[in-house]
Amino acid sequence: MYNIAVIEDNANKIRELTIEAIGRLGVGHIGGALSICDVLSALYFGVMNVDPKNPSKPDRDRLVLSKGHGGPALYAALALKGFFPCEDLRTLNQPGTHLPSHCDMRLTPGIDMTTGSLGQGFSAAVGMAVAAKMDRNPCWVYAILGDGESQEGQVWEAAMLSGSRRLDNLIAFVDYNKMQIDGYTEEINGLEPLDRKWEAFNWHVQTVNGHEVKEILYAVDKAKKVKGRPSVIILDTIKGKGAFFCENLLTSHNMNIDGDMWKKAVSMLERGEI
Amino acid sequence: MVVEDRWLRDTYVDLLLEYAAKDERIVLVEADLARAAGTLRFREQYPERMVDVGVAEANMVGVAAGMAAMGKIPFAHTFTPFMSRRACDQVTLSVAYTGLNVRLVGSDPGITAELNGGTHMSMEDVAIMRSIPGMVVFEPTDSTQLREAFPHLLKYQGPIYIRLLRRNAAKVFRECTGDFQLGKGVLLREGKDITLVASGIMTAETLDAADLLEKEGISAEVINIHTVKPLDEELILRSARKTCAVVTAENGSILNGLGSAVAECLSEKEPTILKRVGVQDSFGEVGLTDYLKERFGLTASAVADAARECIMRKARK
Repeated sequence: MYNIAVIEDNANKIRELTIEAIGRLGVGHIGGALSICDVLSALYFGVMNVDPKNPSKPDRDRLVLSKGHGGPALYAALALKGFFPCEDLRTLNQPGTHLPSHCDMRLTPGIDMTTGSLGQGFSAAVGMAVAAKMDRNPCWVYAILGDGESQEGQVWEAAMLSGSRRLDNLIAFVDYNKMQIDGYTEEINGLEPLDRKWEAFNWHVQTVNGHEVKEILYAVDKAKKVKGRPSVIILDTIKGKGAFFCENLLTSHNMNIDGDMWKKAVSMLERGEI
Repeated sequence: MVVEDRWLRDTYVDLLLEYAAKDERIVLVEADLARAAGTLRFREQYPERMVDVGVAEANMVGVAAGMAAMGKIPFAHTFTPFMSRRACDQVTLSVAYTGLNVRLVGSDPGITAELNGGTHMSMEDVAIMRSIPGMVVFEPTDSTQLREAFPHLLKYQGPIYIRLLRRNAAKVFRECTGDFQLGKGVLLREGKDITLVASGIMTAETLDAADLLEKEGISAEVINIHTVKPLDEELILRSARKTCAVVTAENGSILNGLGSAVAECLSEKEPTILKRVGVQDSFGEVGLTDYLKERFGLTASAVADAARECIMRKARK
């Protein structure tokens, strides 16, 4: 059983740490980082078999953050989980940091794949799931995709292969916040009907509120029981969720954060005002 | 020059099977060209160790990277243009930036794409791969060299681009010498008047060129460079200091390939008279190898001409 209160609390902490790290820097990919804090908490504090003391243990569950620009939120989750000290988050994008904007497996303990060029991480996750099946490795492979990222052809090459190869050890999430750099996804290059697209690629599909950890955890449990098909969980999310200055803001993909705005945002979260 | 009786790809598959029997990390990833690579034989023996992703090269490279991240040594194969041009960003980031142990096999290099024609002839694959940080670029000359190289290809930590001739290679190496090293060239013939540096199918042409030159009293030193990157600068510089004139010969564009690598090395460390034989900034076209060799100047006589020109320039100095 999951301790929902702890997971919700950690989701908030991930959010606060993410806002602080990007806020201190004054610029960053905050919108798409804040929309995945809840799924990250559900994974790291509810679902995933990982050991921060042994980050490369062979049977660990893998997570590929295919939307690599969400790195800051993942770093916050990894720090909270104990992969490295929370103070390291203040080095985000500073010279010589092990925490760059986009995930780098060679730099950061707990990062399973280098991502940033959209679409590529998902193929790697599929490769991991294939290799795990070959080795009868009981691990689960998780991937988090962006909605804008889902316009990359490579995503559908990978989706087609995993559906065809019945990779039921692979669970993907789509952070469906419905916004991308240039505007609303439906106006730029519409994804709808997104669920039916995945179904057509032979995936088991669920759609949940991406900010309700209970719903996410329930969906993962259900996905794990699906045999012979990979699973996708479409997360209905809000870009910039939880920060007053960028929540649901179309321009929040990569934005400047003025002065101490991040402090106000963090204290609002702490007080439960947002 | 004697031509080998088996296709080079058959040796490649023999080696895969031989080493796969003792090394579980070896897996294959194909993008609907297993029949061309001859790896259906591998699939028959190890169906669970081969993934054919279908016609999707970008995904193939990413899948291979993911498998490497799980500890496998994937040999991912497609034709050279699709590996180097089509999947360039995947090769660069998912494979090279991560430093993962993926073996990228590009078959039918340069003009050897023959009847597939210009669309399938990547004259620039070496240039692309060479410019990617950390990428080893290896082109076996014949089956003996491929056999000798294979354990080194497995042992090396990091990505390797293997530029693989599919059909019969000219027999250059009679037997394994036991001293193969990635990144080390092979001195095939000693000489004093000119250094001829060749890779791939141009190695045999270059040896023939050395014979032609010998008849004219020109003593040519011949070096085979199987690893264009990292380049064996030491061997090239030593020879260049001796002969004071260098000709390079490659089955691909002279822009940023072997010739450029040698030129970069020489111009920085030992400025030397140089001529590059290869495809002169041109797309390929359809045809058989003999025709294409003439068409693009990839012949022993072209190498000999370049050598004579260099020697004349040397004399004028």
